Amino acid sequence: MTTLKINGQVHEIDADPDTPLLYVLRDELKLNAAKFGCGLGQCGSCTVIVDGKAVLSCVTPVLLLKDKEVTTLEGLGTVDKPAPIQRAFIEEQAAQCGYCIAGMMMRAQALLQRNSKPSDAQIRSELQSNLCRCGTHMRILRAVHRAARLMDTAELTNGKERAQ
Amino acid sequence: MNGPINPDRRQVLAAGGALIVSFSLPVAFAQEHAPTAAPKPPGSLAKSPYLDAWIRIDAGGITAFTGKVELGQGFKTAFQQIAAEELDVPFEAIKVVTADTGRTANEGYTAGSHSMQDSGTAIQNAAAQVRALLIAEAARRFDLPAESLRTANGAVIAPDARHLGYGDLVAGDILHVEAQVKSNLKDPATYKVMGHPVPRVDIPAKVTGGAAYVQDIRLPGMLHARVVRPPSYGAELTECDTALIEKLPGVVKVVRSGNFLAVVAQKEFQAIKAMRALSAAAKWTETARLPNENDLPHVVTNLPSQDSVIFEVGDPAATGKKTLEVSYTRPYQSHGSIGPSCAVAQLDDDIMTVWTHTQGVYPDRAGIAQMLRVPTAKVHLIHVEGSGCYGHNGADDAAADAALIARELPGKPVRVQWMREQEHGWEPYGPAMVTRLKASLDDGGAIASWNFEVWSNTHSMRPGGGGCMLAAQLMADPLAIPAPKPLPLPEGGGDRNAIPIYKFPNAHIVHHFIPSMPVRISAMRGLGAYHNVFSIESFMSELAELAGADPVEFRLKHLDDPRAREVVEKAAREFGWQKGQTAPEGRGYGFAFARYKNLSAYCAIATEAEVNRETGRPRLVRAVAAVDSGQVVNPDGLINQVEGAIVQSTSWTLYEAVTFDERRITSIDWQTYPILRFDAVPEKIDVHIINRPGLPFLGSGETGQGPAAASVANAIANAAGKRIRDLPLTRKKIKEAIDA
Repeated sequence: MTTLKINGQVHEIDADPDTPLLYVLRDELKLNAAKFGCGLGQCGSCTVIVDGKAVLSCVTPVLLLKDKEVTTLEGLGTVDKPAPIQRAFIEEQAAQCGYCIAGMMMRAQALLQRNSKPSDAQIRSELQSNLCRCGTHMRILRAVHRAARLMDTAELTNGKERAQ
Repeated sequence: MNGPINPDRRQVLAAGGALIVSFSLPVAFAQEHAPTAAPKPPGSLAKSPYLDAWIRIDAGGITAFTGKVELGQGFKTAFQQIAAEELDVPFEAIKVVTADTGRTANEGYTAGSHSMQDSGTAIQNAAAQVRALLIAEAARRFDLPAESLRTANGAVIAPDARHLGYGDLVAGDILHVEAQVKSNLKDPATYKVMGHPVPRVDIPAKVTGGAAYVQDIRLPGMLHARVVRPPSYGAELTECDTALIEKLPGVVKVVRSGNFLAVVAQKEFQAIKAMRALSAAAKWTETARLPNENDLPHVVTNLPSQDSVIFEVGDPAATGKKTLEVSYTRPYQSHGSIGPSCAVAQLDDDIMTVWTHTQGVYPDRAGIAQMLRVPTAKVHLIHVEGSGCYGHNGADDAAADAALIARELPGKPVRVQWMREQEHGWEPYGPAMVTRLKASLDDGGAIASWNFEVWSNTHSMRPGGGGCMLAAQLMADPLAIPAPKPLPLPEGGGDRNAIPIYKFPNAHIVHHFIPSMPVRISAMRGLGAYHNVFSIESFMSELAELAGADPVEFRLKHLDDPRAREVVEKAAREFGWQKGQTAPEGRGYGFAFARYKNLSAYCAIATEAEVNRETGRPRLVRAVAAVDSGQVVNPDGLINQVEGAIVQSTSWTLYEAVTFDERRITSIDWQTYPILRFDAVPEKIDVHIINRPGLPFLGSGETGQGPAAASVANAIANAAGKRIRDLPLTRKKIKEAIDA
């Protein structure tokens, strides 16, 4: 048994310690967002956040995740209550087939968590490791910029709420 | 014929027996018509004429059915817009059901930018005729003339405010009638849903982790399978001790049939581990002899070919003075889906059900039935989205794999997921191509003669024939690979867009169709149009230079189709194209135009590219496109398609070639088959739509592939001062050309 903390919940997982996190997310926890793209750490479609950093779940065995916090796209928001990054991707219609998009969003989310006002160059550099085949790149870039603005606004609003 | 269908006509139809059948789709399809010379209703209604094959209204609401599939192009949303518009209901009132051999019409493949023309047109006309039938029915019940009634929000409303909901009006089989040849379509000026940018219906699930793909299917008791492919084409499995593999944790079964090898396990990672062990245990005899990848143009032009002159025009009075003769080449290129192919299959009560991201549920069903040697009625295919495919990738093969494995485990759903190296190594690639062009210019700098030859394989080895699928080729008692056929003009395959849209006094176009396929190939986005347009449009810019003319002006000089001219002028204007312009140091401008298949959407693209003279590294800086796709349904969807085409085609054009040694494919992942990444994404792409209200849908999925390639190539030639004619235009080739 392996103990994993995923999207704020602790799970006891019946998986060999060498099992890549991706298969635990998809098969044990029935989460859809992290995708199998290459299994080689080359495309980024399996990207999740571990302790604030973007991580390729297809090449990260669960034995390395003891006492760590894993966040997947499902942990950010829902259709009814989307997180800023999700709202931004919907508003920019930043998907064609969408298969790479969850990974893109998680890497962008990790960037925005440590740098709330990234430059265009910083976003491009961050997303360099993630592949999109449909050619949706222009929209993905716009969506990340929009997410940064939305998160900024959300922080201001939250700040006001706290001040009151 | 344009007026609402009155009850009298329906009575006439009823007297002919058409109304007596029950309200069930299989019956509707059983009555599909044999071809006749009589005029037919438009789009796919011609083949599936019953209105209730396309639109059904029942207690569950209004459903539009399409035999096409969503591949990430946004059709589902566009079809919903079309149905809502013509039925006069809000967008949200419609549900769209996509390709399923048990539920939808047979619309063949979702390919060739045909979906809007075929299925969009069918849904539009069916919806309009359904609305007319509902009005007629309400008129009968109200005892009022149909002309006095109007529709709004899913109801027919009388002048005295009496109203009847669509659901109340469809009692009986009133929608189970054949479509009329003509429909009373809405005036585009009154559109409320069509022509407006509606957010895609599939995106919310895709950005929140909803189940959106075939990869996300989880059926109760589902098992996980992995295939083990031979190391090279034609390899024979000589030895495989499966005893140890069957004892591995979670392994349920090893499936071996001839050279087909697969393992099934309880959990996915168990299946992967078992696959690795099985792969290590399998011993193969390899016999493949692949061509020399460094000598492809020579290889391709020396294979036996069937040659035909596909276009010829002559005017002896027009003679050229200056001539130019060049050749352009394209390597094999990969679809490169980000998600490797996947399928789920289950054999239950003799029926094989396959959930697949195939582009053609009906042809794929025929292929799988042939492979399983069962009647087609025993196979049910349901389309579920996969990763974008851009043509015929491994989808059909994975579906066949799943069916062959599931047959060995009756009652159990089996999910087959290809590995990255299997997708890259075994998908049917876009074929290598060679073109040779020769042209002459007259004294006035116009083209006097134009010779164009293209060498190419077919561009479709899709099922239908079960022998098209790997599992059927590998299994014991295999099916033969069907003989390849050239795809007929006017759409064409290897010769798609080989006939120039420009007007030349002398032109001679030859298609060298090559039956032999040393590397596995099939349809890839745009088929031959990608290379033919790249060739024609590169050559047009080369000839413009020879003539000392501006490339845009030079194109317009030979172009008389007013819609074509408008697209060219629009792209040039929006780009800020200036005659005699000079790009900044290290940069260049390019232009290209095509009408896809010479009968589909028009697309012109102007680009600015940069070439680093030290390293040779090329970069697309910006692109401006203009596109005329007829009546626009979802402008944002159209823009998304063309933006994507520009980026993807730039990737093909700058980086991509399938590699192989004398035996094996060696480009088997993203390391060995690099594609465009964010560092090469342009600063800006602008797409300008020329809308044509009320004109036929032209489709836009592939229109950008050729023009983008040529425009980028022209911009690079302009920046580097050297022309490279062999795709891809790699950093190394550009550097060598600069240094030469």
